[in-house]
Amino acid sequence: MTTTASHPEQEKSGKRADDPELPAGQGQKAGPGDPFDQDVLPAPKGAPRRLLASLLGPRKARVWLTAVLILLQQAAVQAGPLLVAYAIDHAVPGFRRDGWSWTGPLAAVAAGYAVCALAGGVLQLLFVRSAARVNQDVLVDLRGRIFRHAQALSVDFHDRYTSGRLISRSTNDVEALRELLNEGLQELIVVALSTVYIAAMLLWLDLGLGGAALLSFVPLFAWVRFFQRRSHRLYKKRSTAIAAVIVKFVETMNGIRPVQAFRREPANDGDFHRLNRHHERINGDSILEMARYVVGSRLTANFFVAAVVVWGAYRVAEGELALGVLAAAVLYLRRLYDPIDRLAMFLNSYQSAAASLEKISGLLAQAPSVPEPAEPKTLPERAAGAPGREVVFDGVSFGYRTGGEVLPRFDLTFPAGQTVAVVGATGAGKSTLAKLLARFYDPTVGEVRLDGVDLRELATAELRRGVVMVTQEAFLFSGTVAENIAIGRPDAGREEIEQAAKAIGAHDFITRLPEGYDTDVRKRGGRISAGQRQLVAFARALLADPAVLILDEATSSLDIPGERAVQAAMHTVLRGRTAVVIAHRLSTVEIADRVLVMAEGKVVEDGSPEELIAGRGRFAELHQAWRESVV
Amino acid sequence: MPPANKRRSAVRSLLRLWPYVLPVRTRVFGAAAVAVVASCLGLVIPLVLKWIVDGPVADRDPAGVWLGGGMLLALGVAEALLFGLRRWLVARPLAGVEAAMRADLYRHLQRLPVSFHDRWASGQLLSRGTTDLMLLRMFLAFPMTFLLVNGVTIIAGFGILLSQRWSLGLVLLAPVLPLVAGCFLFEKKYFKVARRAQDQVGDLTTVVEESVLGIRIIKGFGRHRSQARAFRELTRTLRGTELNKARLLSAIMALITTLPELAIGIALVLGSVQVADGDLSAGTLVAFLSTALALRWPVESIGFLLAISNDAASAADRFFEVMDEKPAAAGDAAPRQRTKSLPAQQAGMSFDGVVFRYPDAPPDTPATIEGVDLHIRHGETMALVGATGSGKTTLTALVPRLYEPTSGRITLDGRDITAMPREELRELVAVAFEEPTLFSASAGENVLMGAASAEEHDLLRALDVAQASFVHDLPDGHATQVGEQGLSLSGGQRQRLALARAIVGRPRFLVLDDPLSALDVHTEALVEAALRRVLAETTALVVAHRPSTVLLADRVALLSGGRIAAVGTHDELLHGNAEYRELMSGAEAQEQEAISR
Repeated sequence: MTTTASHPEQEKSGKRADDPELPAGQGQKAGPGDPFDQDVLPAPKGAPRRLLASLLGPRKARVWLTAVLILLQQAAVQAGPLLVAYAIDHAVPGFRRDGWSWTGPLAAVAAGYAVCALAGGVLQLLFVRSAARVNQDVLVDLRGRIFRHAQALSVDFHDRYTSGRLISRSTNDVEALRELLNEGLQELIVVALSTVYIAAMLLWLDLGLGGAALLSFVPLFAWVRFFQRRSHRLYKKRSTAIAAVIVKFVETMNGIRPVQAFRREPANDGDFHRLNRHHERINGDSILEMARYVVGSRLTANFFVAAVVVWGAYRVAEGELALGVLAAAVLYLRRLYDPIDRLAMFLNSYQSAAASLEKISGLLAQAPSVPEPAEPKTLPERAAGAPGREVVFDGVSFGYRTGGEVLPRFDLTFPAGQTVAVVGATGAGKSTLAKLLARFYDPTVGEVRLDGVDLRELATAELRRGVVMVTQEAFLFSGTVAENIAIGRPDAGREEIEQAAKAIGAHDFITRLPEGYDTDVRKRGGRISAGQRQLVAFARALLADPAVLILDEATSSLDIPGERAVQAAMHTVLRGRTAVVIAHRLSTVEIADRVLVMAEGKVVEDGSPEELIAGRGRFAELHQAWRESVV
Repeated sequence: MPPANKRRSAVRSLLRLWPYVLPVRTRVFGAAAVAVVASCLGLVIPLVLKWIVDGPVADRDPAGVWLGGGMLLALGVAEALLFGLRRWLVARPLAGVEAAMRADLYRHLQRLPVSFHDRWASGQLLSRGTTDLMLLRMFLAFPMTFLLVNGVTIIAGFGILLSQRWSLGLVLLAPVLPLVAGCFLFEKKYFKVARRAQDQVGDLTTVVEESVLGIRIIKGFGRHRSQARAFRELTRTLRGTELNKARLLSAIMALITTLPELAIGIALVLGSVQVADGDLSAGTLVAFLSTALALRWPVESIGFLLAISNDAASAADRFFEVMDEKPAAAGDAAPRQRTKSLPAQQAGMSFDGVVFRYPDAPPDTPATIEGVDLHIRHGETMALVGATGSGKTTLTALVPRLYEPTSGRITLDGRDITAMPREELRELVAVAFEEPTLFSASAGENVLMGAASAEEHDLLRALDVAQASFVHDLPDGHATQVGEQGLSLSGGQRQRLALARAIVGRPRFLVLDDPLSALDVHTEALVEAALRRVLAETTALVVAHRPSTVLLADRVALLSGGRIAAVGTHDELLHGNAEYRELMSGAEAQEQEAISR
């Protein structure tokens, strides 16, 4: 994996050139590493909405139930002022006339109020619970989708899209959506419903007063739209700014050793300060924008309240309107404009959720460049006793998307059971060859076949029963050592795990760990040396028991006895299996049946170790140098 | 009373934010005062309504209506502007508080010992730096102010209600006691659940992070399914906790909706009777009801404000949990016995009875380093050889004080490393790690971080020694971005840049942890030839796995069983030490295997 990798979005660099958030030294060079370009993965138009719809779709019944609950709840809550109007205009005169009666209008008011209050509470309870169910299910679904999609995207994508950014998608952006669902959406529904109810009540109470209230929606609506447009931009910026902060944060914490050893703390403080300040400024901008909105909407609302009261009072004074109606109208009006601030809060979370949703759908819109087959085929049954499979590279060439052919067209066949060593200088294309075989990438032209089946036609599970790759970066997941080995084959029992560890010579060091196989490896294997981690990675691969095993510089951190032990084990482990071993240590070559020497993406020598050593080519030269280096 | 205890502790957690609020206290308190005034203005509006209804309306005086309308409008405008003023006052300062806390957290974390970072997943740290801090800013912006504002508004409002008509006022006051009790109960339970939910989010973040960082392994083994299953389990647990939260919330919200509404209903009926009897003016009843209505939000919001405050309190706990970790300051380290004193001014690097045990290792396990005595003479290169897992990397990490020895001491040119400032120590000692980490910066900057004062020609020399000339062929030469946000380089390329980083500043002491492991034989030979020149002018400790690397050194130390088992030249050890012979040539590996079984 070398230097030609570049991101498909780089041609967009011009578009966002005016964005101030680019850290110094990362300007708009057409360089492939421009981080913020990559942050705006293109999402097809309407994708965020479709995503939301597809999340809610499967939960239609509950969504409707929730909607009905809130409909009823609001009806109960908004009945209050109506009862007030009734009490003043009918119950009071009625009481004056007839005194208390259990069937009189005042008793009706009392009963009505009690029922509404109780129903309001009970329905509230049911609504909150029901809505929480919907929200949580949506979040579980969305989190799962992002996670599975990120996992499905090819290595090629992960090479270019920062892990920090990917993490930000599934944490911060999901969090924004959670806020929207938990607080915002509920709020919007309540606001919308109460607005409709109240407007209807006002119109019913008095056409004129209701009309005046409706009129107030014109400026309010315009104001909301105006605010929305402005803050949308801000929220997008803010989310990009926090992503930059996160990337820096994660990078520092993951590289804490070199950070401390090279006294990077002050310089990092400076960099972080810059990113953090940028976020702070935008954060402040968006809060101020909100303040502006609240002032504007409050002013409008209060103006209309005053106007309606004056007009209403005027008409009551003139005797054209009942006092109770005016009282109810005033009470309703206050309720009508009350949620305006909360609407702003909702818009707040809506904006950030919309920006996040857009980013998430941009990520989800990325098609895996190594897609699952539509109609997967299965590998043919292996002949009994022969675990290996034949590998054919047929007219394969490969280049990264931005051009630059890394592997020019070539044909290769590894017969079943052959152990092939691939050697060559760094950057000669060894790893790329291995990654094609492991289907981390698909060839640009041609096909890679396993026992005659194109790798592209195999489902992941089938493919990984066929081909497993052990890389030099032996990452350990949090969990126990045993669990880490079991990644090779999750259904393996403890016995099989130990067997694999023994076979590779890892058993001894594992049993010396504080809790043996049950030792927690902690954060990224902090307590287990690089060589030991490679042994665990080997045991993992052994346990997986694949037909084709690829070892990509998998012994680089082992000491000589460790490497010897691995090689001894390899003799038995690789027997009958097809194996591709990439190594710069020529000692590995001793176990190979065949050696490929690569240079500049081409296979320049191909033959058995003995032939090549005896010859006068590069390999003979390398081998000579190596012999000299070993004591 | 347990709820009170709980409450005090939440308050105490939040009080710890004070130092951050201190610089902006004027604005924050100014804003709170403004909000109180604005909120109380809102309470005057019903009184104006009463005046309108009982005055001009009752008197059929249209002109008076205009006066009342004018007063309403003036109050409304004042209220709107004051609320705007409140927000304007705190917008920048609170964004500043959030940023300051984040910067402090970052600064602090960078200086915490590596052993801390071993214990804490970076996902947990990140969620403290993002989600938790946003929550705290939210708390400072709304709940903190509004708990006060609403408290004052409620008291003022009830004052007005009681003065209007104390009997009706008392009816409306009745639900306050059960509401407050309910809130206490709620708060107590919610606090725990909120904390649990936040921790689970942290766990989830860790899984997400690992699944991204370990993607090549997951793909290599086709383990998406089991990864996704583990992930799904965690999200389901989180869902359960969140639903639990919602259940608690729904109960308190139902209580908060029902009780005041019932009281208003009773007040309405009683009020209507009094109006009918002529004891009460219609205007007073209208004012009464609209005051009660105006008080609904302040009362209702208390539950949700307390909920956010609780979330914020546990966010504060999580934040300070990390901030309370002590960074080991210079010359402070754990008290250690000064064993025999070394002859002063002894040049070179000395390990003197160094014992190291990981702080969290179970006490019954042997120490990782059981007692190392080793002296590297000035200008000498010492190779450190030992079996996998013998503690070589651990020993090298002690020199720049990434870890602190449990006992014993390390001296550089006779000076105890614990006696010098870390800055100075790490300037003296340069390290190349086995796992070369590059940062998001240009290739050149990545190398130059090894030396603040290095110049262009130092950079070129370092790149040259490390055989990292590939840098010049990158799209922008050594200005090309690498690391997380740049080009991905191969392991060998990264290792050569890390080596260049270690040597660029011509450090007095050099610690190299297997610096050539990822290089091919050809490049390795070239690096070795060039490295020899560098090693000639510095004191170096080089962890070696291969004879070729060992040959760079003047002498070799064999680390075995946590102690230095032998020191000598390569040839001496090769002939005189069986374990060394085995490590270097692999001979007897088989027998050793057989014995250990």
